[in-house]
Amino acid sequence: MSSTEPRRTALDALHRSLGATMTDFAGWDMPLRYGSERDEHNAVRNRAGLFDLSHMGEITVTGPQAAALLDHALVGNMSGVKEGRARYTMICRADGGILDDLIVYRLGGTEFMVVANASNAQTVLDALTERAAGFDAEVRDDRDAYALLAVQGPESPAILASLTDADLDGLKYYAGLPGTVAGVPALIARTGYTGEDGFELFVKPEHAVELWQALTKAGEEKGLVPCGLSCRDTLRLEAGMPLYGNELSTELTPFDAGLGRVVKFDKESDFVGRAALAEAAERAAAQPPRVLVGLVAEGRRVPRSGYAVVAGGEVIGRVTSGAPSPTLGKPIAMAYVDAAHAAPGTEGVAVDIRGSHEPYEVVALPFYKRQK
Amino acid sequence: MSNPQQLRYSKEHEWLTAAEDGVSTVGITEHAANALGDVVFVDLPAVGSTVTAGETCGELESTKSVSDLYSPVSGEVTEVNEDVVADPSLVNSAPFEGGWLFKVRVTDEPADLLTADEYDAHTAG
Repeated sequence: MSSTEPRRTALDALHRSLGATMTDFAGWDMPLRYGSERDEHNAVRNRAGLFDLSHMGEITVTGPQAAALLDHALVGNMSGVKEGRARYTMICRADGGILDDLIVYRLGGTEFMVVANASNAQTVLDALTERAAGFDAEVRDDRDAYALLAVQGPESPAILASLTDADLDGLKYYAGLPGTVAGVPALIARTGYTGEDGFELFVKPEHAVELWQALTKAGEEKGLVPCGLSCRDTLRLEAGMPLYGNELSTELTPFDAGLGRVVKFDKESDFVGRAALAEAAERAAAQPPRVLVGLVAEGRRVPRSGYAVVAGGEVIGRVTSGAPSPTLGKPIAMAYVDAAHAAPGTEGVAVDIRGSHEPYEVVALPFYKRQK
Repeated sequence: MSNPQQLRYSKEHEWLTAAEDGVSTVGITEHAANALGDVVFVDLPAVGSTVTAGETCGELESTKSVSDLYSPVSGEVTEVNEDVVADPSLVNSAPFEGGWLFKVRVTDEPADLLTADEYDAHTAG
């Protein structure tokens, strides 16, 4: 396979049989949508949706010093994560720039699974491998070892419960346990990127089709529909969740992104980026950088990534993600804006939409929070 | 999908009816609507304005992107579809019917408009 040839997931033929519109995403040929992306979005908010996320990059870290290695390589306190739990964290460069945001699952005392964004998986793998020098731990590329299916939405616990004996009630948000779903061995994780309750199921690629079909059948009466990456993006945007490449980049530290809480200075070991991040934290406290805010349109034109945010004729920020929000029925955006204009309700803020200054309301993130 | 035989088509994926009393109706094809995804906003030329064949005369916004709307012919806009302005999803649900965009009194049309079969071939690639 040449490097320009897109990679296909184990569910590729199934997506095509469902009539999916496919798109290139980080070198993978992935479903963008099957029908209307708005209907898919609403299904996840109100019922359930089924996603193929097999492009995500799994990296397994094992060995007596697996936790110590991750404490050194990542900004979070991984040795403090209990077995069976997961943590949202980041991997940074020595200068504090964000290489990727990650979910790390502690599968055992000496075994972790790091899930990286598809676009950064190689970078993360390389960085972890390099940072493992001197640690009694092994970093293993498991990208091809897993297919990843996600069931998201309020009906997802009932759908999954009909296919597994695993204790889903005991499975908290950001926890994962090994189990069997529809006869298939799976790591069942209560995680997601939609702002809804839901599960992510890591399985062997050869079991992906069987599991997809079982979930489709089990979800039929509950209104589960197959969902593509288009609605995944609007779901995460409404939920105020950052996307690497949009809200996060090597140009920003976690503090610049308003996510300084993921950096744990109080952990025992030194870690890559510590000194730079300590400075970034001080800088952010003394002189607030641009702040990530929500913008809600008064009109109907949609802001897109890269558009300027303006106030009083001056550029005061930049849109990082924007889309029509199916839940709000209006265009929304996330944007980095100067601290002086970041307070919710700030007057006179507009987005320059191809030369026309469209008024926008500054709001606190997220745009949408589910009722628990 | 099938492109109605009685319409003519531009390579920019607009369709055009045969003129009645000199006025043709313009919309975008089902192929284009499917490629866009859910259309959420349409910006149409003003009634009374002049449009030029092959030039942009409006915008269509979908979840993922914004696309220029091209006029397949030159002329004066006589009417715009207020229903589609109010409910842009008509472009997706009925691209050749309720999702029409504007009517134009044709003064000039390019020689390279396509028949339905030619448009099929154009989009088959």
